[in-house]
Amino acid sequence: MSAAPGRSQASSHRSPQGEGTPVNTTTTKMTYREACRQAIREALLSDPRCFVMGEDVGKYGGCYAVTKGLLEEFGPDRIRDTPLAENGFVGAGIGAALTGLRPIVEIMTCNFSMLALDQIMNNAATLSHMSGGQFAVPVVIRMATGGGRQLAAQHSHSLEGWYAHIPGLKVLAPATVEDARHMLAAALADPNPVLLFEHVVLYNAEDEIDPAVTAVDIAHSRRRRFGSDVSLITYGNSLPKCLAAADALAGEGISADVIDLRVLRPLDIATVIESVARTHRCVIVDEGWKSGSISAEISARLAEDALHELDAPVRRVCGREVPVPYAAQMEEASLPQVGDIVAAARGLVNPG
Amino acid sequence: MPSLGADMETGKVVQWLVKPGDRVKPGDVVAVVETHKGAIDVEIFLDGVIDQLAALDQDMPVGAVLAQVLPQGAPQAPAPVDRLVTQRPGPTSPTADAGGRDAAVAPPAFAAPPPPPVGPTGRARVSPAARQRARALGLNPDALPGSGVGGMATLADVAQAAAKAPSAPDQAPGAAAPHTRASGFDAVQMRQAIAAAMSRSKREIPHYYLSDNIDFMAASDWLEAWNRERPPEQRLLGAVLLLKATARALREVPQLNGFYENGAFRAATGIHVGWAIALRGGGLVAPAIHDADRASLTELMAALSDLVQRARSGRLRSSELTDPTITVTSLGERGAQSVLGVIYPPQVAIVGFGRVVPCPWVVDGQVQVRPVVNVTLAADHRASDGHLGGRLLAAIERALQSPQDL
Repeated sequence: MSAAPGRSQASSHRSPQGEGTPVNTTTTKMTYREACRQAIREALLSDPRCFVMGEDVGKYGGCYAVTKGLLEEFGPDRIRDTPLAENGFVGAGIGAALTGLRPIVEIMTCNFSMLALDQIMNNAATLSHMSGGQFAVPVVIRMATGGGRQLAAQHSHSLEGWYAHIPGLKVLAPATVEDARHMLAAALADPNPVLLFEHVVLYNAEDEIDPAVTAVDIAHSRRRRFGSDVSLITYGNSLPKCLAAADALAGEGISADVIDLRVLRPLDIATVIESVARTHRCVIVDEGWKSGSISAEISARLAEDALHELDAPVRRVCGREVPVPYAAQMEEASLPQVGDIVAAARGLVNPG
Repeated sequence: MPSLGADMETGKVVQWLVKPGDRVKPGDVVAVVETHKGAIDVEIFLDGVIDQLAALDQDMPVGAVLAQVLPQGAPQAPAPVDRLVTQRPGPTSPTADAGGRDAAVAPPAFAAPPPPPVGPTGRARVSPAARQRARALGLNPDALPGSGVGGMATLADVAQAAAKAPSAPDQAPGAAAPHTRASGFDAVQMRQAIAAAMSRSKREIPHYYLSDNIDFMAASDWLEAWNRERPPEQRLLGAVLLLKATARALREVPQLNGFYENGAFRAATGIHVGWAIALRGGGLVAPAIHDADRASLTELMAALSDLVQRARSGRLRSSELTDPTITVTSLGERGAQSVLGVIYPPQVAIVGFGRVVPCPWVVDGQVQVRPVVNVTLAADHRASDGHLGGRLLAAIERALQSPQDL
């Protein structure tokens, strides 16, 4: 049930290229997918406790081809294909973490993680707390998230905001190739369960990567563009949309500050407030639904902690509150688009 | 809210002396407004019946509506009413921006602000940031026009409102915080206000300075004779002669009695001398002695005593702060020999008298010891030239040589 839509994405990626490439690559340009793959490979090479587990991660190479070639390089003990049983293999990953391993569990798409929610929330997030700190659960769970590839209403949602609700978890959303390349190492080094949400549209994104950068933090948001008139607060695949919107706004004389949240839990609200304190206007862009969402949380924090910095209402550009549609134009209409972001920002800076 | 001088940005009504329904006529004191110059008795310049009054104890920007007055005989209906009660209309009011900025667009200081946009709760729509900034600047956030989302007043609207104020002294952080009702004046606020007004003066006004020494013997002899025959309470001070002589001289040189506004000089219709009074604990005010050229010396002496006492206790009247057409500063017996003043905008001149000192003085080719007073003029070169200024000093000297005619 769960693998079908994804398989078509990956069926052509079967070449053994990439095997044996050095970890510290000097390549300056790579895709987000390749960055994820290199990150996993680096973890496997550097830590014998580390292994990968999930649906189709081995022989098939991952439904988004992220683990392509790793089975051949590391063998079936460390690249383990699992049955279509999320609650089971996520639980196994948590158990492995409890006993000292460093599992990287892949859930094909975050919609399927609902099946593993009991393990994630009731076990991974709680055991350190319930054992008085005697047990750590250093599991990393990677999930594909988001819409835009016509995978319809059971494979396209953005549920990272839900997970950001849960104390005991860290929730990461790499939006850049650099973060895709380096966040995993930081996640594995963290003694807490860490959830990594990789956006399905970003896998094909390509960017220069600075070989001098060998690590990133998983504590802070980052400014991706400096501006003074309005803050665009976003993460994931909405980041490139916000950057495109900022370009368009610049053409209208509106200077947009773009903040990439990167970490949805714990939320680095200080960086957001710092930005809003300069621009006094805020647009939050999130593919997730508005109601009870991470965008709602940020908005509430601004109202609580930075009310007097606001010179205009907070605006949110979010996914329409419908199951993500299959039809291309309807799917597009249901997700935040550059034009929506531009319109929201413009409406705050130049109302009228 | 009347502008009680170029350095005033906001004021607060701390007491209403009238209530809705009361009949008022021009000159009545209707309210007490607290400013950095102390609690000022505000007079009304309308004839009618009080309809509505503004709330007490709220910082209100200059120009805000304090009360509505129904014209005498008008029905008690929402008919057009005079919204201005505290500002004397006409050209004698030195309240407009003297810098000439925004000449075409700046509303007169007494214009009512446009009605603030109101939300569904009835509260004015003001962004949280704008509300806080307005308070910090001492502006009434609820009286701001709104250009933001849904007509909300924004930081930009606050900045615009602050720029429109006659002069905008930046208040120190916390200065706008609620403070106890002042019975006198707030020395810190006054210092800031003086700083703002004087900085503006030196920034905008090209001063020129003239100086002259005047033989004070005739005046001093006359004064001694006058005082010798009178009980102490009726005696005069030399300052009264200086005041009267200056006021008289200004009749001859009206080009120095008035205001430089909107790029042009405008002569005042009366000679209302602002008399500089140093306050205990620091600070300075220069309230008006109205029609000083027409008052007798005894009247001027009484006016001076009254003014000094009220200035030091912080109970001046609004017209005394708004009306001066020139400033005179006299340093008195313990002052320096000479003072070069800084013009109080939008006035165009300040006359300074030093201490009277015995000096060698040439009379008919002989050196004699005479009491001499140094007089200076600092004047706005945009409005007049040194030749004219020299005529004023000459006229003052002439007047002091005939004290019996003053």
